Amino acid sequence: MIRLTHDPIDPATVIQAVCASAAGAVVLFLGTVREKTGRRITSSLEYECYAEMAEKKLAELEAEGRARWPLVECMIVHRLGHLEVGQTSVAIAVSSAHRRPAFECGQWLIDRIKEVVPIWKKENYADGTSDWVHADPGNPIRGEEM
Amino acid sequence: MNVQVRLFAAARQAAGRDRLELELPDGATIGQLRRRLGEELPGFSGLIARAMFAVDMQYALDAQQIPVGAEVALIPPVSGG
Repeated sequence: MIRLTHDPIDPATVIQAVCASAAGAVVLFLGTVREKTGRRITSSLEYECYAEMAEKKLAELEAEGRARWPLVECMIVHRLGHLEVGQTSVAIAVSSAHRRPAFECGQWLIDRIKEVVPIWKKENYADGTSDWVHADPGNPIRGEEM
Repeated sequence: MNVQVRLFAAARQAAGRDRLELELPDGATIGQLRRRLGEELPGFSGLIARAMFAVDMQYALDAQQIPVGAEVALIPPVSGG
């Protein structure tokens, strides 16, 4: 199950979606908005995506995860739009009969999401500047001055 | 041929719009499109050099030819999660 949403993510709902009588283990990962990166203070984030392709890539990752591990259920929810510090940007819940596949697949899913799913974040800093994060820390792409 | 390129994140912001329309030779490759976009968005050649491209929502290599009518997107390094 895949969902992109502009609404706040409720972790309880995501857990509920993967609970099943066949499951003996449920693993939940939450990505949350961190205030400090190095010396910089983040005040908020903006997430943007290429929606049709992001949904396709997330569905491919779920299918690959199900092929690699014996899962019972899997749910991935990614937030879009404006997020404040502490809010949840991504939730991944995986259930399996025993714990190891759920832990391993959950870790693999968040790692792959960060590599291949076309979603981007812009950091709005407390000093009023902002940067798109494009995975080249030595050469940040300067965003608009706020 | 006419190619519409969808733009996202820093590239969208640099261009001031969410797609660019370009005229390229028939059978043009992603590599040719990459060079052309570098000219269209000066100052962002570093980002364009590091970006991926997607053709019909599949990541494409520079050698790949762009089919007529395909949906093409510039995918800057992603930062979801």
